[in-house]
Amino acid sequence: MAKLQLAPSRRNRSAKTRTLIKNSATHVVLVALSLIFIFPIAWLLLTAVKPMTEVLHDPPIWVPTHFEWNNFGDAMKYQSDTLGYIPFLVYARNTIVLCILVVTGTVVSNAIVAYSFARLRWPGRDLMFAFTLATMMIPFPVLMVPTFTLFHNLNWLGSFRPLWIPSWFGAAFNIFLLRQFFKTIPFELSEAARLDGASEWKIFAGVIVPLCKPALGVVALFSFLYTWNDFIGPLIYLLDQKQFTLALGLQSFQNQHGGTPFNQQMAASALVILPVMILFFFTQRLFVQGISITGLK
Amino acid sequence: MNRRKEALIGYLFASPWLLGMSVFLLYPLVSALYYSFCDYSVLKPPMTIGTANYIELYHDAVFRKAVANTFIYAAFALPTGLISALVLAMLLNAKLRGQNIYRTLFFLPSLVPAIPMAVLWNWLLNGQFGIFNVLIGKIVYHPPNWLGDPAWTKPSLVLMGTWGVGNTMLIYLASLQDVPTSLIEAAELDGASSWQKTRNVTLPMISPVILFNSVMGLIGSLQIFAQPFVMFPLGGPEQSAYFYSTYLYDKAFRDHAMGYACAMGWIMFIVIFILTLALIKFSEKRVHYGGT
Repeated sequence: MAKLQLAPSRRNRSAKTRTLIKNSATHVVLVALSLIFIFPIAWLLLTAVKPMTEVLHDPPIWVPTHFEWNNFGDAMKYQSDTLGYIPFLVYARNTIVLCILVVTGTVVSNAIVAYSFARLRWPGRDLMFAFTLATMMIPFPVLMVPTFTLFHNLNWLGSFRPLWIPSWFGAAFNIFLLRQFFKTIPFELSEAARLDGASEWKIFAGVIVPLCKPALGVVALFSFLYTWNDFIGPLIYLLDQKQFTLALGLQSFQNQHGGTPFNQQMAASALVILPVMILFFFTQRLFVQGISITGLK
Repeated sequence: MNRRKEALIGYLFASPWLLGMSVFLLYPLVSALYYSFCDYSVLKPPMTIGTANYIELYHDAVFRKAVANTFIYAAFALPTGLISALVLAMLLNAKLRGQNIYRTLFFLPSLVPAIPMAVLWNWLLNGQFGIFNVLIGKIVYHPPNWLGDPAWTKPSLVLMGTWGVGNTMLIYLASLQDVPTSLIEAAELDGASSWQKTRNVTLPMISPVILFNSVMGLIGSLQIFAQPFVMFPLGGPEQSAYFYSTYLYDKAFRDHAMGYACAMGWIMFIVIFILTLALIKFSEKRVHYGGT
């Protein structure tokens, strides 16, 4: 009997020690991996504030002896004398203008279309929805040439129009995402509003949209990021450097400024990355929610 | 509200997408098919030449190289990304303090947009001055020439892709947190080991999400564009980093062989379509849709 009583408690203690060891080991692994993941970003920021003499130094200089903040100004003003404007300021303005147009269009159009798929019955709706999902498999490269031709014929090339007008007509993924949300709102709410004589638009804008603000926030956030990061669209449809976005501007900066001024390259990159990071820290919960729901049916 | 009125309003609300899909997706898709049978550069109107583009593609050595590069890249990038994202998510799913901080740190790299990411890694992996080789050079005499050696260009891109795996990781993490603890506890009571719990409870429970991430990962890695475009102009050393999309772009907008590029585009469309369906079909028996 004594043995039988002892056994579980000993097993308990050894189980506790085992959990402790296991947890500490997991912490060690997590810390090590965190350092690896964050290192490239840290190195980017450190390089961005180094004077050129310390950038290529071997052994590497981890923390610069003095912070060369001019790298940011120099990178931003690169070629400004010949261009007559400060390129990165113009790129930033272009990108922000585009982001505002695209985010507004994406939220408005996808909310309206998703409402139709989620809460209105019309012949062919479910077939059309399945078809809409299937269009997500169309790879952009097959559309590169024909959309270029289309925008050429519409006389839109060399303007922002190819980059924002399509966003006002909905997109399959966003329709899918919002539809899933709209469907979770009890249909009794719509019925009650209808009995009160509310128009369909009023039910949409006054009842459903206010209840789905988080989902609309996710769509807004993702479309902002998409536009901020988009490279291939601006690359194909924009012709004049004065219209470049930050992503395209950074690429052309690196292209012309290749070679060794890595500190300025990193400074310019930091200018493109930091706004995204700042946005992330302010919207972290929405962000994590948004990404999590994309994987769920 | 009667049905006819509801249907009318339904069509009205859906009309922006029905119009947008037709104009910006379907019409271009169909016209690409037409151009693929044409000799076409934007400067002059398309002229039909039958299957000449496709025949030329068949004999184009660079095209073959780009196809091979793309599949090799995907064959390494897809499993590497899927597995590392899953392992990270499982580590983050352990009940420990400070998980929010770890999660943020793992996720941050995936926020770095493609172009700054390419510019950054161009510097990190620089053969002579890059910090990777400066550090590796302390241990081995000849660190790899990441960006200059044709054998190392694709591994460099896989490495970058793994660094930016945070999105996939978060999707996994959300699904891991949805696995009912009662199931895990039941397995523990039955004396299951950690590996058995993972293999027989956790993985089947999250299998739909594994499928989702596989499909998205496959489509994404076959279309890789921005990073190689910036880091390896015209395919880099021995065209070892010439991928399907970058070659297609160069054909269309450098050589103005737009019909040729459209033929490439349609082949890509069909291949992605078939592979996606095959992946879904293949996993039908292996994916477990249960619980919620």
